[in-house]
Amino acid sequence: MATMTIAKAINEGLRASLTNNPKSLLMGEDIGHLGGVYRVTDGLIKEFGDDRVVDTPLAESGIVGTAIGLALRGYSPVCEIQFDGFVYPAFNQITTQLAKIHARSLGKLTVPVVIRIPYGGGIGSIEHHSESPEALFAHTAGLRIISPSNAHDAYWMIQKAIECQDPVIFFEPKRRYWLKGEVDVDNAGLSEDPFKAHVVREGTDATIVAYGPLVPVALAAANAATEDGRSIEVIDLRSISPLDFDTVEASVKKTGRLIVAHEAPTFGGIGGEIAARISERAFLHLEAPVIRVGGFHMPYPVAKVEEDYLPDIDKILEALDRSLSY
Amino acid sequence: MGSTQLPPGTEETLAATTAAAAAPGEPVEMVQLLGPDGTLGSDPVFSDYAKRIDPEKLRVFYTDMARIRRFDQEATALQRQGELALWVPLTGQEAAQIGSAHASQSQDYIFPTYREHGVALVRNVDLAELLKQFRGVSNGGWDPRENNFHLYTLVLAAQTLHAVGYAMGIQRDQKLAAADSTDPKAAVIAYFGDGASSEGDVHESMVFAASYNAPVVFFCQNNHWAISVPTEVQTKVPLANRAKGYGFPGIRVDGNDAIAVHAVTEWALEHAREGRGPVLIEAYTYRVGAHTTADDPTKYRESAEEAAWREKDPLDRLEKYLRTEGLADEAFFDQVKADGDELAKYVRSTTHGLEVPDIRDAFASVYAEQHPLIAEELAWFEEYSAGFESDQEAAN
Ligand SMILES: Cc1ncc(C[n+]2csc(CCOP(=O)(O)OP(=O)(O)O)c2C)c(N)n1
Repeated sequence: MATMTIAKAINEGLRASLTNNPKSLLMGEDIGHLGGVYRVTDGLIKEFGDDRVVDTPLAESGIVGTAIGLALRGYSPVCEIQFDGFVYPAFNQITTQLAKIHARSLGKLTVPVVIRIPYGGGIGSIEHHSESPEALFAHTAGLRIISPSNAHDAYWMIQKAIECQDPVIFFEPKRRYWLKGEVDVDNAGLSEDPFKAHVVREGTDATIVAYGPLVPVALAAANAATEDGRSIEVIDLRSISPLDFDTVEASVKKTGRLIVAHEAPTFGGIGGEIAARISERAFLHLEAPVIRVGGFHMPYPVAKVEEDYLPDIDKILEALDRSLSY
Repeated sequence: MGSTQLPPGTEETLAATTAAAAAPGEPVEMVQLLGPDGTLGSDPVFSDYAKRIDPEKLRVFYTDMARIRRFDQEATALQRQGELALWVPLTGQEAAQIGSAHASQSQDYIFPTYREHGVALVRNVDLAELLKQFRGVSNGGWDPRENNFHLYTLVLAAQTLHAVGYAMGIQRDQKLAAADSTDPKAAVIAYFGDGASSEGDVHESMVFAASYNAPVVFFCQNNHWAISVPTEVQTKVPLANRAKGYGFPGIRVDGNDAIAVHAVTEWALEHAREGRGPVLIEAYTYRVGAHTTADDPTKYRESAEEAAWREKDPLDRLEKYLRTEGLADEAFFDQVKADGDELAKYVRSTTHGLEVPDIRDAFASVYAEQHPLIAEELAWFEEYSAGFESDQEAAN
């Protein structure tokens, strides 16, 4: 068992994949000699050379588009998009090409491309550096979307993403890059399937579903609620597409109440999908409407007011109160 | 133009093209061997490449051009009769496609746009399969790996990046291959149009290709129109000249001259396979008919322009050459016509028989690996469909 940050865990996971799979390679802006603006790929170019850790021209569509070509030739490229708000120039390649090639070829072609995107706010940054665009991609069939919330998962999920024959968008919770945790490098354990949710805290009165950067917030809210004598279950979704509704449904059938929290705007977000599904699947078990806690319908606000925008412990506790008042 | 990248003599050939950059609108020199009158000229560089084309090969060029034109007529007719949702005709561009495709080797991988029916023919794609997309029974139709001919791409220019990535993969394969590997060296061709050349992906693909010296040939068919918008709106300089800005050779070739197109493409592919980097070829040609069967060119261009280009017809000029040089007789041309009719008949009959897929096939190929949402929705669909069957049974 080793203790490391999420950033280091991804770095170690990438190292393991580069070692085990000679056809894997990393590509992106500044990922080589600099090691990425968050240093997630630190040191890898020294170990594997500039053919395996490629400092690309500054062109997001170019990165994803050429990664598709490499995948068609039998390679497993892992692209880094420097920041969430800069994935849009590659949106066309991701949604019209990457997502659809397997289907268009009736399964004859696979494009096992991984796209790593540091995402989310809470780091006091400037415009386009704090967005949560996961719903835009989850809405596109053909893509898989995952987001780890802890170091152990980060280490294993990135490797599983690279092994996966489908394209995977790997959303890295950038404000948690320095969060330390234990990583069992010998045993993936629970993380065996990165597309399954985990119940990270058991409880009986209500369920909070979160993923990526909000999992620690959801856990803190659940802990705070115990002081009021509440027993709250917390689920770390880990995968946004596919979404593990079975795990959420089982929990709701136990607790009768559901809060979904994510940083992305509430409107049209993943929380709405979860609320709708759960009302279809477990309507008679619900004691209260599913409540969503998310961002407002506005461009991600300036850093000095992002505290008011982001779901935090108090906002989740407020939602819990509302749910429990039914 | 870096002279180290070009064989001796090319500089002169291309000098006028380069000069034209300074004076947009001026007539531009281009590589031409077989003129509209059917006589063979010479070129300091590319005549050597043209000499490799023996008479038998010339007859194959002619046969393929005639076959694909006949196929084009048949597909247009099928669309008019409601058998195809849309058709994208290629008449006028036969020499650009057949000439270039014959310069490729089987190990080379080709990324077409959506009008490269002639290239598909040369790469042995079953033309009935090619019609699946236009009949609405598939978004592809053939196995791209069988003939190293990729599926058509409708999002303009997206495939130019895939081509460069694929070429980067070829470079890596060569590094990974054992020293004693006898695998032939491969290159990639990316086809796109003059309209598509304005898309950002073409720019990015050229940046990547140059940065990594990727073995890729960009083959732009400048057919003068992007639906209703003329090339002048897409570019102020001859398209071939753009290559210079990226640091690799660009050549404009008469796209209605199969011999010159073949010579130039063969040179470019050798250049790429030998590790000397990308090349841009601009095949200067004309889309004689409509953009698609949904288009009406009378709304945006003069018929005199079409007529002028018909004078430069790629088939006519090769026919003249074959006849005056005594390389083909009447029996040959009769046979070509018969072959074309045969192909048309085959395509017509197989189109009617193209199977409509089951939507279950679509569920099966969204993802390569198991996906619970797909399983759930498919199960729902099965149950829903079964409901109709039991209603039916109850009614009986
Ligand atoms: C990204 C994108 N935008 C618009 C279109 C619609 N469209 C289809 S063909 C076409 C014109 C293309 O012209 P060009 O690249 O010169 O090729 P050509 O069809 O003349 O061979 C347009 C605008 C498209 N397919 N893709």
